[in-house]
Amino acid sequence: MIDCLPAGTAVWEQCGRVPVVPPVRPRKLAKVPFVELADGRLQGVVSSGSDISRVYVSSVTAATHTYSCSTNNNRPCGGLSGSSPCKHLRALTVEAVLQYGLDRVARYLRAEVSEGADLIDCLRGGLGPAPAAMVFSRFLRHLAYLELPDTTMPIPELHWFPATRMVR
Amino acid sequence: MLAAQLTRLRDGEPAGVEEALELVTGFDEALVHGLARLSEQHAAALTALAGAFALTPIGEGAAEAAVKVVSGSIAEEHLTMLAGGRTALLGAVHDALLAELDAALGRERAAWQAAQPEADGAGNLLGAARSWLCELAITGWRGVDHDLVSASDQTVEALLAVPEQRRPAVLLDGLAAELRACCPIGTMERLPVRRWADLWTRALLLARAGGQSGERVAAERLSGRLLILGVDVHEHATAVQLQVHGVLEPAGGGRARLVRTSVAAAKVDTIVGPAVWKLPHRHPRLLSALAGRRSLEITDMPVLASGDLVWDDDRARAGAPVDAFAVARVSLAGALAPAAPPLDRHPVLIAEPVLVADYKVTRDGSFDLGGVVLAVDTDGLPACGPLTPKLVAGSSECIGLMRWDGGGWLLQPLAVRAKVKSETIEAHTGDWAMGPTDPKVVKAEARAGDAVAVLRERAGRLLRR
Ligand SMILES: [Zn+2]
Repeated sequence: MIDCLPAGTAVWEQCGRVPVVPPVRPRKLAKVPFVELADGRLQGVVSSGSDISRVYVSSVTAATHTYSCSTNNNRPCGGLSGSSPCKHLRALTVEAVLQYGLDRVARYLRAEVSEGADLIDCLRGGLGPAPAAMVFSRFLRHLAYLELPDTTMPIPELHWFPATRMVR
Repeated sequence: MLAAQLTRLRDGEPAGVEEALELVTGFDEALVHGLARLSEQHAAALTALAGAFALTPIGEGAAEAAVKVVSGSIAEEHLTMLAGGRTALLGAVHDALLAELDAALGRERAAWQAAQPEADGAGNLLGAARSWLCELAITGWRGVDHDLVSASDQTVEALLAVPEQRRPAVLLDGLAAELRACCPIGTMERLPVRRWADLWTRALLLARAGGQSGERVAAERLSGRLLILGVDVHEHATAVQLQVHGVLEPAGGGRARLVRTSVAAAKVDTIVGPAVWKLPHRHPRLLSALAGRRSLEITDMPVLASGDLVWDDDRARAGAPVDAFAVARVSLAGALAPAAPPLDRHPVLIAEPVLVADYKVTRDGSFDLGGVVLAVDTDGLPACGPLTPKLVAGSSECIGLMRWDGGGWLLQPLAVRAKVKSETIEAHTGDWAMGPTDPKVVKAEARAGDAVAVLRERAGRLLRR
């Protein structure tokens, strides 16, 4: 939350153009093209290291910290044993922290991350159900934004969404 | 803008603004808790809002809507009526503020001319959008959860696919993403009460059949020289809009006009910073004019009654280099400003270009024009350009937009002139339209890789299977 007020103005609650969700931080997308905090999970898509048309769908559920990983065709990830997360889950959490900052991810997952520790090592939920189909369809929806044509008709509503410089 | 003009603006908040905003706040607070369980105080606020229209043609309808909502039988038509009342109040506030600003600046404004309405052609989709919005109002922001937010997904996706519905689609998408990120809202310490009520009200009115008609039709075509003053950047996770402000000198003489032109593109949250300039790639002449600080010669470019040129890169060609500060100094005063379309009469939509000079920057970053102080919105500097709070703080001249928010005027910088080591430098928000020019930023971009290209490759491989 950003509640910085321009000098001389009234309370934050009465401002229209205040940014509520900070923009995400730029990161390399090649390995993990999609990360989101949604539907009570940290979830995303990790590119396969060996096959460019295969992706893995990985997720961690908030509060319970159960995790899952499978291919987009719903085949379980071979790297996932009962006792420890696979390298895709590791990559997902690393990129999530880059994208949102550790605080925001930890708060969303309700995870306690001790000083200097990696988020993934603090998740001990074990294997959980895999929402792979749903996450993958959200990823396709995400990609579909880039297929929409631009418009030169003004969108006055976007004045409520001023571009802002930095993540706080 | 001169000290005397600012003093004039500061001296009188127009009569009635405070009272109108109090009524709006009452309504907004009712939305926080939800219309399904109105406290006595919130019920009174709705009645008061309706009461403000007692002597107007909508008085009876507004009163009935308030009675129904307060008694618990909440229908879409009643909510639309109350949303209309809230919009009318803010419209009046907008008019009073803009008249004040125009008087202070000596700016003349054209009268509004309605164009022929167009058919919408998205009836069912808009109906679904209205139902979702009503559900939000009944539940109240505090009660919104993941399921209620996700209920809008399909509607938004379908609206995005219809080019004529981009406005409601982008608005609903932005609101839903914000609500999603804030879930569970019940435990949030503070809510952006005015903001969410603004977005909700606007969405409900836009989603009426014919909600955006009459404003989207080209009123005429213009030819002449477009002198760019600056570019205002709007952005949420899945949209970016580059809105250019400029002065148009009509071909063959005649009075110069203040105009805008915009390009809005869909994007995803991980496309941020200078990468957003890759999205409007269909408009290379506009982008290179921004980056090269050049004018543009336009021929028969459609213009809306709102003063928005509907950009068409094929109708433009590059002109000579232009000093935006000289344009602001010489041409702003005499140029005719456009009228605001009815639905765009809202204080948040006041964005008037001005030139500010002869100031000292105060410790909190405001501009002191010799005793009168103008607040500066340095949070509103976009990450896609070179303007930084530090550059603004070291500046001696600034082209910016006069904004009004949270009860006061503030300046949103679009370009500054600053002295750095006895050298005068200039920075404009559009300087990186053809790619960053700062070696440090170029390097960082190269390290991060091309987000747009990576995602387009993924889309090419996975979407069409
Ligand atoms: Zn895996």
